[in-house]
Amino acid sequence: MTNPNQLTIAAARDALRKGELSAVDLTMSCLTAMDAGDDLNAFVHKTPDIALTQARAADVRLKAGGAPDLCGIPLGIKDLFCTKGVASQAASHILAGFKPEYESTVTTKLFDAGAVMLGKLNMDEFAMGSSNETSCYGDVINPWKIDDRKLTPGGSSGGSAAAVAADLCLGATGTDTGGSIRQPAAFTGITGIKPTYGRVSRWGIVAFASSLDQAGPMTKSVRDAAIFLGAMCGYDAKDSTSANIPVPDFEAALTGDIRGKKIGIPKEYRMDGMPAEIEALWQNGIAMMKDAGAVIVDISLPHTKYALPAYYVIAPAEASSNLARYDGVRYGHRAKLAAGDGITEMYEKTRAEGFGPEVQRRIMVGTYVLSAGFYDAYYNRARKVRALIKRDFELVFDAGIDAILTPATPSSAFGLGEMASADPVEMYLNDVFTVTVNLAGLPGVAVPVGLDAKGLPLGLQLIGRPWDEAGLLNHAYVLEQAAGFVAKPAKWW
Amino acid sequence: MSIDTATARKVAKLARIRVEEADLPKLAEQLSGILGFMEQLNEVDVTGIEPMVSVTPMRLARRADVVSDGNIQAQILANAPDAREGFFAVPKVVE
Repeated sequence: MTNPNQLTIAAARDALRKGELSAVDLTMSCLTAMDAGDDLNAFVHKTPDIALTQARAADVRLKAGGAPDLCGIPLGIKDLFCTKGVASQAASHILAGFKPEYESTVTTKLFDAGAVMLGKLNMDEFAMGSSNETSCYGDVINPWKIDDRKLTPGGSSGGSAAAVAADLCLGATGTDTGGSIRQPAAFTGITGIKPTYGRVSRWGIVAFASSLDQAGPMTKSVRDAAIFLGAMCGYDAKDSTSANIPVPDFEAALTGDIRGKKIGIPKEYRMDGMPAEIEALWQNGIAMMKDAGAVIVDISLPHTKYALPAYYVIAPAEASSNLARYDGVRYGHRAKLAAGDGITEMYEKTRAEGFGPEVQRRIMVGTYVLSAGFYDAYYNRARKVRALIKRDFELVFDAGIDAILTPATPSSAFGLGEMASADPVEMYLNDVFTVTVNLAGLPGVAVPVGLDAKGLPLGLQLIGRPWDEAGLLNHAYVLEQAAGFVAKPAKWW
Repeated sequence: MSIDTATARKVAKLARIRVEEADLPKLAEQLSGILGFMEQLNEVDVTGIEPMVSVTPMRLARRADVVSDGNIQAQILANAPDAREGFFAVPKVVE
């Protein structure tokens, strides 16, 4: 089999089980692609020895029969996941040299299922960013290229998105706090799902904003997302917000039949100044769902416009608290101190050197909105608005809506450095269509649907009912089949 | 709410992040921009709305208050920038 790194997870699984392909050969193919993909700067800590050991073990299991779906499947792991003995830095200087003594629940589950880890993937520092330009490892480059510019793969899971789109791995883990799986998936023409809050354990994932963070898979197809998600999720006593409910067979839910299902189209997602191409893409998606027998319903989510400002109070507030642990005492970087420096200077110098500018900014915004005198005006008000945003969704789901269709991003991928002089708030607007889903704790999936006039991928987002990832993925499957998106980036790296 | 350099200095201090005096005006300007963006929240009528505590309507799980782990001192200290005699070491604190 030539270039097995280009296979989907589903196709590789079937070939592995039939003995047409070995896990070692598949892994070698990905390791070769990974090394040849260094120009993308997606993989930042490579683990070929671990990969080959896992692949050999997978081949033994496959031969014995009854191996799980992910057995022998080479994956990339976002740097935010703690992996035992392997650098896990959240793309930050402050975690330089940190090698966890433990394994995150998600990677434990993946490895128990026989998955192969190729290495750790680049990202925005502490998952704070929408362009993968805040990483201590440098920018990730989008494999999609239309002129001599280097484009962003999106963020924060930009390394995961680039690696999957460029066939360096078969799938990758991502995390999504405000859109960090769905926006990079849309920018690179792949599928990415953020599950319902509580579906996937957060234990061992470096925390950004604990009430919003969820991990999910980034894959080449909806079927792969269903397979991969099934292996990641489930109850975990080590995460107090983990939901103790059964995990359905997501792949079995992909029937392709959505006849009679009600798809909501929220009028508030038609933003002022939205490019005509995005609107056209959305209308195409609506037509596809209609053709598949779904009922299209106009709906209203009146508090949508307040989602971003609420998010940019709540997420920094939680981040300022979570990131207080990086003090130069227990792990990672400690600043060199001058004579006479005490413990306060150690904290202040360590954090100034270790955190990049965007992370520092968000910690300080969070510190401010939680400080005496402003807690009610900012933080409590944002939490009230969050309750209203969640209620908007509850009302439409109570009225019988099965899923909501929206654009995934307000544009296609932009050039690296093009937003450098922009106000931080302009970068935040990238998350305008995705952030509501995190605030409401809902599942959301980005599916590639077409190319824009420049030849860059564009995606649509489907939002589902809480815990209905199975139904949501089936809707995404219908959209994927109807859109027939098969374009791949031309190899230049 | 506009942030002046004195407020920026105070916030940096509270966050335990050293910011050079020369960098405070730019920081103040950026924080002002971000907080200005948040002012939109004042347009929303939140009368009678409780601040969200948990996004899923489930109670946080409880567990028995028992020791479930331990005797891993070497692992705990393995990543410390400075550890001595089984402790994390920090600069001398004199109050």
